[in-house]
Amino acid sequence: MKAIREVSGRAIPFGRKNVDTDVIIPAHWLKTITREGLGRGAFEAVRKHPGNVFDDPEFAGAPILIAGDNFGCGSSREHAAWALLDMGITCVIAPSFSDIFSGNAFKNGILAVALPQEQVERLLEIARTDPIAVDLEHQTVTTPFQDRFHFVIDPFRKHCLLEGLDEVGMTLAEDQRIAAYERRMADDLPFLSGPLAAAA
Amino acid sequence: MASKPRTLYEKIWDAHVVERREDGTCLVYIDRHLVHEVTSPQAFESLRAAGRPVRRPDLTLAVPDHNLPTTARQDASGHRIPIADQESAQQLAALERNTSEFGIRYIADTAAAQGIVHVVGPEQGFSLPGATIVCGDSHTSCHGGLGALAFGIGTSEVEHVLATQTLLLTPSKTMEVRVEGELAPGVTAKDLILHIIGVIGTAGGTGHVIEYRGRVFEEMSVEGRLTVCNMSIEGGARAGLVAPDETTFVYLRGRPFAPQGEAWDRAVAWWKTLATDPGARFDKSVVIDAAAIEPTVTWGTSPEDTVPIGGVVPAPESFADLGKQEAARASLEYMGLEPGQRLSDVEIQNVFIGSCTNSRIEDLRAAAAVIEGRHKAENVRWAIVVPGSGLVKRQAEAEGLDKIFTAAGLEWREPGCSACLAMNPDKVPPGERCASTSNRNFVGRQGPGARTHLVSPAMAAAAAVTGRLTDVRELI
Repeated sequence: MKAIREVSGRAIPFGRKNVDTDVIIPAHWLKTITREGLGRGAFEAVRKHPGNVFDDPEFAGAPILIAGDNFGCGSSREHAAWALLDMGITCVIAPSFSDIFSGNAFKNGILAVALPQEQVERLLEIARTDPIAVDLEHQTVTTPFQDRFHFVIDPFRKHCLLEGLDEVGMTLAEDQRIAAYERRMADDLPFLSGPLAAAA
Repeated sequence: MASKPRTLYEKIWDAHVVERREDGTCLVYIDRHLVHEVTSPQAFESLRAAGRPVRRPDLTLAVPDHNLPTTARQDASGHRIPIADQESAQQLAALERNTSEFGIRYIADTAAAQGIVHVVGPEQGFSLPGATIVCGDSHTSCHGGLGALAFGIGTSEVEHVLATQTLLLTPSKTMEVRVEGELAPGVTAKDLILHIIGVIGTAGGTGHVIEYRGRVFEEMSVEGRLTVCNMSIEGGARAGLVAPDETTFVYLRGRPFAPQGEAWDRAVAWWKTLATDPGARFDKSVVIDAAAIEPTVTWGTSPEDTVPIGGVVPAPESFADLGKQEAARASLEYMGLEPGQRLSDVEIQNVFIGSCTNSRIEDLRAAAAVIEGRHKAENVRWAIVVPGSGLVKRQAEAEGLDKIFTAAGLEWREPGCSACLAMNPDKVPPGERCASTSNRNFVGRQGPGARTHLVSPAMAAAAAVTGRLTDVRELI
């Protein structure tokens, strides 16, 4: 995972509420066996409408996306995070995120910033004409107009994002604890995590 | 010392914590991992690149479901019929190759046990009460109907579970959905969960695990509980739970992966201790009056857009929230509906009976009971019944349900996810409507431009017969 410290530049003022992952990347794009190239299918249905923000040259290459409440709801497809990354988006700002999407974003080095509704609305307005800067280390979103919004992030996630840590590698380093748990459970509740075979 | 009263969720969580960190994050053990072809290829690819094995292949079960065509898989002489879509074929082949390379149990597309991963898990006794169950699919919440803590994960987490059999998680908040009273005749588990989502909204359960409580659930079949828990994710909750009880134990006993003999007795003894303690507190509580629920349909493009079948399409201005008003306007345009229009006047051209929400034997029986001796309406061009698994299909055929459907002009298909998400060839044409027993009415979900109305199996059957959304109680 690529380390992330700061994301600054133009932000796509999408603003829609309840953006589900079917909207971010429709199911027919999920037949891939790699992570690359999904940007072409991102927001496909939205992009069919002339004048949509995603094809507005003003926002070409923008690294930030601003959306409404409950961003990333619906399907668990991590392809949604891969599609955003492939579009060049490394930060999404919204009043709230679905639980699964926020996990997927984090694991792919996308910063999901939750801010109160009125602050998101202010940023949507500014994004039309001006850039925005997101600073993970200081947990702030700033604008050229002296706005300075503080956001909250889980300290563990912040640490991993700043360092670009590989979570699987970190957990594997705890193998002894996992093995100890398995031994304890083999005595207590063997039908849960004990060796499993189908009945003949 | 008497311990603090705990909820069902807290008891399962506590039994699975490998390590608790200072910041509250926990390393949580995963007992069962279900794998399908869509969300796993990149996880296996990463394992391969890092030279990492699968820690517990025995706790992992793979089955293809999303991409498979629901037409015949073998010709008359038993040869596999090749899959026309090259990308689908490639993804299915990757699952077979990856499971073989990593030593994971694999149910082949032609096996009788093949089916939708969330139908297969409970049916095989692989999913158990009190277990932590994950799958790279948001409808994993389904297995909560057995009293398991089951939730969907992304592909990076699939990789994490394959490599470590654990996940790093923070505890969820708890939410009680208490349903009081009894459901009226003709009102099913599907109507109930659609109604609940309509009440709490698609973000109502975000950050929470829902426990469904009340006599309605105690008296509900396991199939019904699976339907309810399946759609928890549509209410924003990553997982839903119903406490395991005798109904659960009777359902599971003797299934291939369920514990046997002495292990079974030990398991049941522990499962009986899992129910939420009297006095345990939930972070959030919602009370629903069962008697007020009618057969329910969706009018819009979000599962929270529900209305009783006797109702009308709402006016966007009737919503307090400005964002919701805007979303409702966009939904109505997409759906081709007008405010004030009666739902029972809405004509449909397609019917889909299937999906992990409603493709179990009880669902097919309910649909067949309505359709028996009747025929689909002329304006219904396409109506398919897709059983949840090969075993459900076999059972249905033994009961003659397939004949009832085909005599009525419905197609009887092979098991898979099918038109729920239209990754395979089963799609609803642009601009046409579908009465669907699936779980999502999102824009383009059943095919580009497709208009989905979510309903119960009995309601889908009623719509097939009359050619419009119909109160099934008029037909029974």
